[in-house]
Amino acid sequence: MLFFSVALAVARRQVYRVFTKLSFFLPSLFPVLFFLAFAGGLTRVGEVPGFDFPAGYEAFQFVWVLLQAVTFGGAFTGFAIAGDFESGFARRLLLAAHRREGIILGYILASLVRVTFTGLLVAVSAYLVGMQVLGGGVDLFGLVGLALLLNFSATLFATGIALRLRTQQASPLIQTPLFLMLFLAPVFVPMPLLEGWIEAVAAVNPLTFLLEAGRSLIIGEPAGVWFAYGVGAALALVLLGWALTGLRRAERSGS
Amino acid sequence: MSRAVLLQVLYLSRRSVLRALRQPATVGPALVFPLLLLAVYASGLGPASGLEGFPGDSYLDFIFAFPLVQGAVFAAISAGTDLARDIESGFLSRLSLTPMRPVALLAGLLAGVVALGLFQGVFFLAVGLLAGVEVQAGLLGLPLLVLFTVLVGLGFGGIGAILALRTGSGEAVQGSFPLIFVSLFLSSLLFPRNLIENDWFRAVATVNPVSYMVEGIRSLIITGWDLQALALGFGATGLLVAAGLFGAAASLKTRMARS
Repeated sequence: MLFFSVALAVARRQVYRVFTKLSFFLPSLFPVLFFLAFAGGLTRVGEVPGFDFPAGYEAFQFVWVLLQAVTFGGAFTGFAIAGDFESGFARRLLLAAHRREGIILGYILASLVRVTFTGLLVAVSAYLVGMQVLGGGVDLFGLVGLALLLNFSATLFATGIALRLRTQQASPLIQTPLFLMLFLAPVFVPMPLLEGWIEAVAAVNPLTFLLEAGRSLIIGEPAGVWFAYGVGAALALVLLGWALTGLRRAERSGS
Repeated sequence: MSRAVLLQVLYLSRRSVLRALRQPATVGPALVFPLLLLAVYASGLGPASGLEGFPGDSYLDFIFAFPLVQGAVFAAISAGTDLARDIESGFLSRLSLTPMRPVALLAGLLAGVVALGLFQGVFFLAVGLLAGVEVQAGLLGLPLLVLFTVLVGLGFGGIGAILALRTGSGEAVQGSFPLIFVSLFLSSLLFPRNLIENDWFRAVATVNPVSYMVEGIRSLIITGWDLQALALGFGATGLLVAAGLFGAAASLKTRMARS
């Protein structure tokens, strides 16, 4: 099998599973829930002295929820890979595919389809609750680009772990670092309003740069966007190596 | 309850508790995640306590109900998943061939939830007090907070058991987690109802029993002895427990008839 045909076959199977199995599909609704809970219930947080975000609290939360959705889209792909190893499917796949890197690309493509769907769900929910978008088309394109870059990185991270451990018990190892990265960022208030330990952690968290750039794009005042893209690209590059070396390990293990 | 049934309950409770303890991947997140989120919410939403009308002057005190309720939900989901695994592996079918009473199975399973809930309640409370949570109800309020945690866990444990018995699938129980989470987040768990600006959200939070459970717990921490909040909190929790237990008993009857 050639590289792209392997990728497409894996992607098609994975997308089919996501949209036909309830247990795969339901987690896609999580980000919508987060958005409704945070943007719906916490709007008054936008009135805290020093909170200055012209598009309102819904738009402020939308960017975080979007990044959360794409990150967890990557994590769920990792769970699926681990599940495929447990069921024996991945072993047969490794035997059948000549260009095994195509397997990773397949899972990445499936993850992209999944997060596109989830992202649209979140966007529709945001529209329904009256979110304001002050940025133009180019700004929104930039925001979507950041989200896709993050999904790419998160999928590679989860893939690397799943290929190394090849068991669903790896789920906490996939989920926990991503969860920490997401929540140890300026989730509820802007960076200048954070205090104490979380401010120090958020200042060095790579997600903070993507989040702040995304928020600047949604209000049409881009700031730190190229730097955020640089951080995202660096993450993706490092994690590509992580996923590929994970694939080599899986090949060597023969399982 | 006859001595034989009591013995059955004891055996199955021991199995349920040991199974939970032997799965660090289950117990660990049920203890760590709620505390982690508590730290994140308390730090990230700290400035909100300065808003006019905010109850108390510390968001940490306000949000302390969160780990107690969320931990109970985690425990309940894992109990439901364990029961579903018993169905998938055929354990329940084999059990139905023995003189074991169905009620013993349910009581045994829920005893595991209660044990974990008790441990969580004490653990979260200890960590909370060390982190600076001030319980206005004083020393007498502490066991009541633990009792709330256990009862909330028991109620959600019943829901987890219903899901497991109806579907017989661990995946389906896990998949229902977002739906149970909806009930937590669409309540006054993160923000006081009087400060929720969106009408639709406030309306949903007002009819959501979780709001009253949370406000009952919160009243002990922020207000002291608010009898109305406690009555509403225990009332809502009692309803959840009753619905969970009756639903689980009915589902078990149907399942055993099928086995």
